[in-house]
Amino acid sequence: MPRINSPAELEKFRKDILSKRDPKKPCIAVCTGTGCLALGASKVVAAIKEEIKKQGLESKVKVEADIRETGCPGFCERGPLLVIYPEEICYLQVQPEDAKEIISQTILAGNVVDRLLYTGPKPDEKIVQESEIPFYKNQKRLLIGNNIRMDPKSIEDYLAAGGYRALVKALCENTPEQVLELVKKAELRGRGGAGFPAGKKWEFTRNSQDETKYVVVNADEGDPGAFMDRALLEGNPHSVLEGLLIGAYAIGANEGFIYVRQEYPLAVENATIAIRQAEESGFLGKNILGSGFDFNVHLHQGAGAFVCGEETALLMSLEGKPGEPNQKPPYPAVKGLWGKPTNINNVETWANVPLIINKGAEFFTSIGTEKSKGTKIFSLVGKVNNTGLVEVPMGITLKDIIYEIGGGIPGGKKFKAVQTGGPSGGCIPEEHLDIKVDFDELAKVGAIMGSGGMIVMDEDTCMVDVAKYFLNFLTDESCGKCAPCREGIRQMLKILTNISKGKGKEGDVELLQEMAEITRDASLCALGGSAPNPVLSTIRYFRGEYEAHINEGKCPAFVCKDLISFYIDPEKCTACMICLRKCPADAIIGGKKQIHVIDQEKCTNCGTCYEVCPTRFAAIRRLSGEPVPPPIPEEERTIVGASKK
Amino acid sequence: MSEILLQIDGKEVKAAEGMTILEAAQSVGVTIPTLCHLEKLTPYGACRICTVEVDIGGRTSLFPSCLYPVAEGLVVRTRSDRVDRIRKMILEWQLAHAPDSEQLKDLAQIYGADKDRFEKEPAFCILCGLCVRYCAEVKKKYAVGFNDRGPRREIAFVVEVASKECWNCKECFPLCPTSYAQAAYVLTEALAFPGRSSEPLPAE
Amino acid sequence: MDNDQIDRIIDKHQNDASSLIQILLEIQREHRWLPKAVIERVREKLDVPLSRIQHIVTFYKAFSLIPKGRHEIHVCTGTACHVRGAPRLLDSVQDLTGIKPGETDMDLKFSLETVGCVGCCALGPVMVVDGEYYGKMAPAKSEKVLINYD
Repeated sequence: MPRINSPAELEKFRKDILSKRDPKKPCIAVCTGTGCLALGASKVVAAIKEEIKKQGLESKVKVEADIRETGCPGFCERGPLLVIYPEEICYLQVQPEDAKEIISQTILAGNVVDRLLYTGPKPDEKIVQESEIPFYKNQKRLLIGNNIRMDPKSIEDYLAAGGYRALVKALCENTPEQVLELVKKAELRGRGGAGFPAGKKWEFTRNSQDETKYVVVNADEGDPGAFMDRALLEGNPHSVLEGLLIGAYAIGANEGFIYVRQEYPLAVENATIAIRQAEESGFLGKNILGSGFDFNVHLHQGAGAFVCGEETALLMSLEGKPGEPNQKPPYPAVKGLWGKPTNINNVETWANVPLIINKGAEFFTSIGTEKSKGTKIFSLVGKVNNTGLVEVPMGITLKDIIYEIGGGIPGGKKFKAVQTGGPSGGCIPEEHLDIKVDFDELAKVGAIMGSGGMIVMDEDTCMVDVAKYFLNFLTDESCGKCAPCREGIRQMLKILTNISKGKGKEGDVELLQEMAEITRDASLCALGGSAPNPVLSTIRYFRGEYEAHINEGKCPAFVCKDLISFYIDPEKCTACMICLRKCPADAIIGGKKQIHVIDQEKCTNCGTCYEVCPTRFAAIRRLSGEPVPPPIPEEERTIVGASKK
Repeated sequence: MSEILLQIDGKEVKAAEGMTILEAAQSVGVTIPTLCHLEKLTPYGACRICTVEVDIGGRTSLFPSCLYPVAEGLVVRTRSDRVDRIRKMILEWQLAHAPDSEQLKDLAQIYGADKDRFEKEPAFCILCGLCVRYCAEVKKKYAVGFNDRGPRREIAFVVEVASKECWNCKECFPLCPTSYAQAAYVLTEALAFPGRSSEPLPAE
Repeated sequence: MDNDQIDRIIDKHQNDASSLIQILLEIQREHRWLPKAVIERVREKLDVPLSRIQHIVTFYKAFSLIPKGRHEIHVCTGTACHVRGAPRLLDSVQDLTGIKPGETDMDLKFSLETVGCVGCCALGPVMVVDGEYYGKMAPAKSEKVLINYD
């Protein structure tokens, strides 16, 4: 990869790359993002490579770039997956054993392998092309759509797709002020959670009186359940770098940092490679593309602290200190890293910048709602059929995301709530499914956009348990510096734990609300300030569940272990011995033709028996808030002949 | 240094640029309670007891007065229903850890805080950080620091440093609102200082 | 880990105190834990207060002050994994290994930790052993996975 010193050289190099690529040549793009790797994608890759060799195709199929790691396209539920170009044939849930057929049938004979295709909506309907699959079709994949086409470790793939064109436009055809104006005009709002107008933040930083300024990519992505930034940084690191470069130019910063959580080793690896490649090619360093602009970037890893996603804590971590947030004002745009003006934005925010420069502000503002422009990537997870990453225009309804794209709730269960915004967010019930997803609409119903985590919950989710879960998470993650957060979360968790154990008292809900107000109002940073949100939103919409726990000792969703019991219905039990054998506590008494009985003293409420009892018998009942019927007398437990006594 | 005009509790106050609301209030005899503040030290903003209401940009917000810089036209209220509720609850939470602290008890009287409201968890330390910050900023010895995070956060004397420096200083002891600093030092000295752990425990 | 190895890592970061966390992360990765002597060497070379290092190694979850086992198990307890049954997976792993999160067993075979989220939310519940990801982990499966590690 030569060093590129001017826009002309870049275009020449790009032409060179494209001329060596035959778009008609078959190319097998296998997703090797972290998710698909966990499902065995590397074995699929190895098997395909093996088959290509075996069937003598090495000269016919482009092996290197196209069968290796491509980034995550988001359809994680159906991984491992691959797309064969140029036809865009998409195969799902591919196993190593399928490699032979894929090569002999599809590559050589031009036939599709039916069983690997997407099925639906009708049971016998098969969809061949990636873009026709309903999961993808209903999205607007401006950012993430590129992932399956590129090897993230290849800068040439990025250039072939038009990469660094926006950088040329910004650096060589516009002044910094013009670039800033363009981003302001596009009305890009931060994608990290708060939704602050990015252009405005850039402007504050630019206008701060200091020669030295910094730009930072916040890739800490601590919200459990959210992995959009992982897919972007892992799958297309150059797009983030390009955005950062453009922003640095507009702001007047010559040094930048990418702060990645260490729990994302592949993102760290791919970003490190991308930085090195950019340095070698001259996209980083001195006099970039002959523009006179210098810029260097360093990668820092997080060390396992959710609070470091908060911008002032992140800066402390960059300075080699414990991640304790600092009071704002002063804001980092005025006084940030080592006291210098610093602009921090989320990965997805930066990734939107090349798009805006390339396509213009009007294109961007044509998508979305009045106050929320562009697309947003959500991680749609939990109790939903098509879990994965979805990129949609702002303004789409929750219902469309969950049902049209997500395919609804599995197992025929009933939707209960969708949690957005992670530990800082709230639960949205069925009555609000028609709201148009944007920053302000979500806030109106007591939730927040957050970084994009969207966790679907069904009738088997206990909302008291959800609130308890988030407070438990925050207890572990609070830095502990300020009292309202440290003490407030601890005390609220105590109450919730008692409620979940049937030890709730009259007045607990009111006490939770009282504490929530103090923690929300007096905490030093947004971790504490938003910690009460899950509690308050679950109380707002599911107060009945709280009251059932407190007043009736009942967990309606049968989740809170201390409030549930299991009982074998003697009318339905056929003494098949399955639950008896599987019970980890040896708590089931019975035998062949002896109706089984659970010893309530030994039972740990793990629920295994309920799960393993064959559905045709469905002999196990879950009880909550009512006494367990006494076991039938021993004499009555023998099953005589084929029927019960 | 230009002069800034703001309002505190209905009073017109002339403050110098760079002052905090706390300093401006003190200059006109308005007392705002603090637990983690000391003039010699950089303001910390951890106890949140000094929280006040500030009208700015057409909105009322809450900020810690020890850190918030004065600005032209600010309207500040050092007492209000909201502010008092915040102080009361923080005191009640802290009193669960240090029910005997005179400083906490005095404030509890003013704000109607009930020291028995919450179950006692006598850690005694209220994590005001005065000892840590004094040793770092004034003495520059770093003999005591913080460990861990969240509810597990605690102060800890650094044995290698404390065993050499503290015998001649102990200036942090009187700063501690709960006497925990002194207790922690004595315990660390007894259990961990070099040469001490080999001493036999006192007979029962 | 000898002083030369530590110094090498520190020099790689230009002896910069603001790279303290990056330096400790690299040492943690190579050495698997941070003994007192190692911390003292870092303190000496970077000339930072010991109290700051002690706060950092106890504040950030990535650091371990006790030796880790040969195999590190991370069970994801993120929200998506939680609603899909991660607590029960954690229970079964605890039963199988005999240790709780943050602990190492007496044979130094396994160390167990919970992780806030590893970004595989569509595959929950997720368990990572020595960097190898296992998705859609039903509690019953955990025995089959862990038995392969000695």
